[in-house]
Amino acid sequence: MNIQEKIAGFFPEASFEEGEILRIDIPAEKLHELAQKLRDEFGYDYLVTIVGMDWTDSLGCIYYLMNTADKSQISFKAATADREHPALDSVADLWKIAVILEREVYDFFGIIFVNNPDMRRLFLNIDWVGYPLRKDYDENPELNPVTTESERQSDETYVWKREDGKLVKHVERVFQDDDFVVNIGPQHPATHGVLRFRTALDGEIIKKIDVYMGYIHRGVEKLCENLQYPQTLHFMDRLDYFSAHNYHHGLCLCIEKAMGIEAPRRAQVIRVIMDELSRIASHCLFIGTYCMDLGATTMLFYTLRVREQILDIMERTCGARMTFNYSCIGGLMADIHPDFVKDVKELLAICPKNVAEYNKLFTGNVITKGRLEGVGVLTHDDAISYGITGPSGRASGWACDVRKTHPYSIYPELKFEQVVRTEGDSMARFKNRMDEIQQSVDIINQLIDNIPEGEYCAKVPKIIKLPEGHWFQIVEGCRGLFGVYIESKGGNQPYRLKLVTPCLNLASVVDHITRGDKIADLITIGGSLDYIVPDIDR
Amino acid sequence: MEMKKVTTKSMPYEDWKDNEYIESLVQELRDSGTNIIVGSLDTLINWGRSNSLWPLTFATSCCGIEFVSLGAARFDMARFGWEVARSSPRQADFMMVAGTIVNRMAPVFRRLYDQLAEPKYVIACGSCAISGGPFRKSYHVAKGIEDLVPVDVFVPGCPPRPEAMIYGIMQLSRKVKVEKFFGGVNRQENRKEYLAAHPVEENK
Amino acid sequence: MFNFSIVTEWIHNLLASFMPGWLTTTVECVLIGVGLLLVYSLLALFYIYYERKICAFIQCRLGPNRVGPMGLLQVFADMFKMLIKELITINNTDKFLFALAPYLVIIASMLSFACLPWGNGLQVINFNIGIFFLIAVSSIGVLGILLAGWSSNNKYTLIGAMRSGAQMVSYELSIGLSIITMVCLAGTMSIPGIVEAQENGWFIFTGHIPAIIAFIIYLIAGTAETNRGPFDLPEAESELTAGYHTEYSGIHFGFFYLAEYLNLFIVSGVAALLFFGGWMPFHVPGWEGFNDIMNYIPSPIWFIGKAIIISAIIIWFKWTFPRLRIDQLLTLEWKYLLPINLVNLVLMVLVVVYNLHF
Repeated sequence: MNIQEKIAGFFPEASFEEGEILRIDIPAEKLHELAQKLRDEFGYDYLVTIVGMDWTDSLGCIYYLMNTADKSQISFKAATADREHPALDSVADLWKIAVILEREVYDFFGIIFVNNPDMRRLFLNIDWVGYPLRKDYDENPELNPVTTESERQSDETYVWKREDGKLVKHVERVFQDDDFVVNIGPQHPATHGVLRFRTALDGEIIKKIDVYMGYIHRGVEKLCENLQYPQTLHFMDRLDYFSAHNYHHGLCLCIEKAMGIEAPRRAQVIRVIMDELSRIASHCLFIGTYCMDLGATTMLFYTLRVREQILDIMERTCGARMTFNYSCIGGLMADIHPDFVKDVKELLAICPKNVAEYNKLFTGNVITKGRLEGVGVLTHDDAISYGITGPSGRASGWACDVRKTHPYSIYPELKFEQVVRTEGDSMARFKNRMDEIQQSVDIINQLIDNIPEGEYCAKVPKIIKLPEGHWFQIVEGCRGLFGVYIESKGGNQPYRLKLVTPCLNLASVVDHITRGDKIADLITIGGSLDYIVPDIDR
Repeated sequence: MEMKKVTTKSMPYEDWKDNEYIESLVQELRDSGTNIIVGSLDTLINWGRSNSLWPLTFATSCCGIEFVSLGAARFDMARFGWEVARSSPRQADFMMVAGTIVNRMAPVFRRLYDQLAEPKYVIACGSCAISGGPFRKSYHVAKGIEDLVPVDVFVPGCPPRPEAMIYGIMQLSRKVKVEKFFGGVNRQENRKEYLAAHPVEENK
Repeated sequence: MFNFSIVTEWIHNLLASFMPGWLTTTVECVLIGVGLLLVYSLLALFYIYYERKICAFIQCRLGPNRVGPMGLLQVFADMFKMLIKELITINNTDKFLFALAPYLVIIASMLSFACLPWGNGLQVINFNIGIFFLIAVSSIGVLGILLAGWSSNNKYTLIGAMRSGAQMVSYELSIGLSIITMVCLAGTMSIPGIVEAQENGWFIFTGHIPAIIAFIIYLIAGTAETNRGPFDLPEAESELTAGYHTEYSGIHFGFFYLAEYLNLFIVSGVAALLFFGGWMPFHVPGWEGFNDIMNYIPSPIWFIGKAIIISAIIIWFKWTFPRLRIDQLLTLEWKYLLPINLVNLVLMVLVVVYNLHF
């Protein structure tokens, strides 16, 4: 008996839509019950994302779940026709990450989640007029002008509860009156960009952190809805600018899947090489900035040497240092530079030596060990519940590398190890990235001599149109799972393009793992999670 | 009388772009006239100021990473004396606005600018800071920072290469050189007008 | 070895020949004050340049090289800039204390600066408890830092100042104990006396094991005392933006900046005095010819040279190690350095009593 029949047994009112990922259409009132069943009885313990949707006649959410044991995916959809006060049940009690994901949906669509403990806006100001991702959003800048007036601050948070069939709003406080609250950010060297932590301190000990996001929220998802598919690609460079190739890869794969085409093998090999090169560059920069956060400034300069070399290789082929825009639908924008293979081989030769040097300079240092070991421990279950993927999740013993769990492109043919540690502390997260550099080097070594000849781009129509439908694609970015959800109504523009970025999860877990640690540990823990702020805010 | 050619070490005057603008500043300076002692002191002070521009560590997105590269060994902004990046706006001289400024960030950004100690300068770095760049049509992005603070130098690019950033800061340094520190005729006055026209809105 | 007291005597006699006694003293005080100020500021500027160059060398960069030959004028440009920067006054602060703090810091470092043995006969303050006086005045600096953090009315500065207070009070102990260890060996607290005692070999050689332990502890504690990495918690950039001087601008910030570098010089100068013979040239007993050659090098060069080399080690620390956390910092002091230091003191006493030193 397959899962569909089982669920149909429990929920006769559910309808099913088969596809790559099974989608269950469930009435709103059964949403929580179904979610609980899926988690407890079918083992779907990882909430990948909640996609808010506006189908003009109704508002709703699509939940993507993953079973971390057998790697299967499932999705379910719930909608409400009420546009004035749309409300759905919260799943925040089942998955901890849902608190933030539901706040995001509330921010964009105005859907209230009943029983969510923290129903504030996430990215936009308290006084923001309208819900921007709704199709009837009024974009008139007069309503929400750019001002120099300080944003209104409020310590209040809201919990909506159903009492006697009616929705009741309860007001709660984020911080208590006698909390000593220190504002860290948005302009602070430790936050790696414009993230803001409101930190309640007891001496040097952290009592609570309230993460404020949205200081670089650029509305990419909304922008994409008014752009043609090839035009949406260039935003991928500017989310997590270190995983530019990986994110491009993800969106291209999703569109290619929808169109039913496949990139030529040459393009696939080059894409993978580029992905791994950017992974090396990204991890190098992580090591450097992390050490700088800890006060060892010199490491930054050593790691940037390797990064500069990679950027040179990229620049020769892609024509830019950071925003490459290299992968395109059906393949690549251009062929590789004639010296590409030679340059990459030079890089591969020095990389292991450099990693050894970093280890010598930093990893074994007694101060480093004291600062990192046992600090900011994230348990395996919490990692799944918060959806912490990438090297940080793998440091908690969760083998979540998409390249292994849901292989795409030519990854199934490649031999490499998934680096997993079980300590879950900052040191494990740091070492994981060190080791992943080596794995990436191994992957490139397998490919660099075997780049097949042939076309670098498939034949694609001049105007790219997707049939009606929806597609979901996940790839492994440098910081974790990156997912693209596209819903199309036909035509050359997406109806909804949702980007599932790993850094949102990483930032939301900060409060959980820093509690009880020193304020200095906030920097080591936040740094070891390695979030990129534009990737959080999109 | 020949126009004074304002340039920096090992950079021929002809290689600069926008020389007309600097020349107009020099002309303005000359027209206003000054006595020899104040003039020489001005020159000395401006030599110091133009060679010691300390940036504020401020970055919102991609351009910030190129700013990090600018500090690294390959581009090494320390050569010019710009490496003392201060985290406290009180101690910085100029602000390199590297990245998009969105609605939520705008008040914070303006406050940072107000916290900088005079004399202060702003470089709009990258297309987002100049005009909103690729995100111009977004509902949550400021369409250029010129509506928020007065800008001295624009560095185009998405993100600009570190070389472009070096050139931008050198242009700023050149501009500082032709300022009149005592009396402050050219730049400061404009800024006063600007700030009067763009007041910080009070909280209701 | 040329004795600079001949020069100072000559100036004194010259002034006394046409001035009354009180005026001579006044003029001499002013002259010395001006001289000290000049040396102070020049050394501070040199140190800023020096650190930038060393750090550039460590980080495979070039460092300042545009302003003036080899970038030598860079620091002067910085100084001009700093002098004319706006001094921001902040609302809701204690304005008097806010303005006082940087002066306290700079006065403290100036006073300890005056104690250093500059050369043979070049000694500004010379009394029999010289080294004691030095410890006393150098502790005033922490007061300035605490005031700065408190009066800024800012949470970051307050945390920075409190960290600094905890750190400096703790590490003062180690500094004091390692100095006492060396005083034990020298048998005097007078600074010229300590230097004279090292005529036949620097203490680091003659005092062997306990002296080397004392030197290592002194170097660690001295680094902490100057708030430099890996002990730069009070101004930990990634945590507290700029620490206790976050709210200071212009020359007030400049004072903190200069004092930081000068304290580095003072700490290395005291290390040179206690362990490397102050201005005493490198002598090997018995090698008369060699000793004579060494004597040709003027004593101030010996002293400043030693201090600069020791500073290079401290700068090297800063650009290599990551930062400690506040509890680890205090653990290091109270659980390791202090007990080791006390045992070391006993060891040194034994060495002196049984005449085990060279």
